[in-house]
Amino acid sequence: MRMHMLSYIDRATPIHQMTGAAKLICFILWSVIAMTTFDTRVLVFMLITGVIIFWVAKVRLSEISFVLSFILVFLLLNNLGIYIFAPRQGTTIYGTTHILVHLPGIFSLTCEQLFYQLNVSLKYFAVIPFALLFIVTTQPSEFAASLNRIGVSYRIAYAVSITLRYIPDVQRSYHEIAQAQQARGVDLSGKQKFGRRIRRASAIVIPLIISTLDRIEVVSNAMELRRFGKKKKRTWYHGRPFTRIDYLAVLFAGLLLILSLWLTLQRGSRYYNPFI
Amino acid sequence: MKKDWLSIRTIVAAGIGAAIFIILRYISIPVGFVPNTTVQLSYIFLALIAVVYGPVAGGLVGLIGHSLGDALQYGSVWWSWVVVSAIVGIGFGLASHFLKISDGEFGWKSIAVFNLFQVVTQAIGWFLIAPILDISIYGEPANKVFVQGFTAGILDIVTVGIFGTLLIWIYTQTRTKVGSLKKEA
Repeated sequence: MRMHMLSYIDRATPIHQMTGAAKLICFILWSVIAMTTFDTRVLVFMLITGVIIFWVAKVRLSEISFVLSFILVFLLLNNLGIYIFAPRQGTTIYGTTHILVHLPGIFSLTCEQLFYQLNVSLKYFAVIPFALLFIVTTQPSEFAASLNRIGVSYRIAYAVSITLRYIPDVQRSYHEIAQAQQARGVDLSGKQKFGRRIRRASAIVIPLIISTLDRIEVVSNAMELRRFGKKKKRTWYHGRPFTRIDYLAVLFAGLLLILSLWLTLQRGSRYYNPFI
Repeated sequence: MKKDWLSIRTIVAAGIGAAIFIILRYISIPVGFVPNTTVQLSYIFLALIAVVYGPVAGGLVGLIGHSLGDALQYGSVWWSWVVVSAIVGIGFGLASHFLKISDGEFGWKSIAVFNLFQVVTQAIGWFLIAPILDISIYGEPANKVFVQGFTAGILDIVTVGIFGTLLIWIYTQTRTKVGSLKKEA
């Protein structure tokens, strides 16, 4: 079984050279904007900016296509779900009804509904390029340093760093155990009844969990011996000072957040309404 | 220990636990008789790590595991459900005060306590907090998110109730019971 996971892609571009902390702050600000606003203009602007930065970072579409197909299927299902459960949500929000296609019951397709669902999808699309970029252009070891930099306790930042460090290890153990069990005659392929599937999965998952939990003791003893957590601060091998491009990026994201909040306050609503 | 609520053991348990949580998201068992539903192994494991290492570790595994897992798998993070995973992890962990898992004790009374905690916290998380956050952040229709929350919640409560209990019981069998040694006559 293959596990598709995004990982760091090393390229020499301005986006890669930015510090992890600046990218993290931008990503958080960007997420806050996308979560709080329903303003189509802001969301479209964010999407376009995202695509441009994607191009600057020289990430190829083929390197992230498996993720994009996941997201597209999810968004499609989500949109269908919204339409089935609430075909009049758009009218409730925007207050008008422009019917495009007459359908029985409450299911008539309205401009308002289409516009509302377009906005919901845009909210995802506005963040996706940034989230993807953050993952593929930030070195895992720098990520923990950046979390600490923005004020997260270094103990928690270190937990995140351990997670990133151990994902490949757990993956390798999984494959080893799966092969060992296959050698012992546990059938991992084909269609079987539910009970047998459970037994088959537990033959791998239980040894995986028990053996990995043993590592917790070993690693925490090792850290204890090295006096982890005795001081209030720690330094990071991958921590870097901010440069001009970092300040500019944070400033840009901050200004956009202020603009978006100002638009919302001025309108008195999160929704941009073209229908009135 | 000065910072007892976040000891080294808790930090490591949270870090390695989150790594297992993320890997287990890729291993799902189709139920078969109900279409498109799978047994979520991650939450079963979350229950184990939380009752062994406590609420702080449980909450951190939920938070780090779900957010990082979402990011690595889908390239975007569904924040409202991440919050619920963290809360569920803390809730599972609160049961650890009343259990003695590390001492190998998990009798019928402990099973009842664990299940009480898991049903209550998952009900609050999936039936209440997840839909409310979905509505306030993503502006989704109320009836849709409540149906989603209820389906996910009931499925998780049942799977954690059956397989979570079973996994914790298996884990306790690997521990040495306190007072298991007897002096020979």
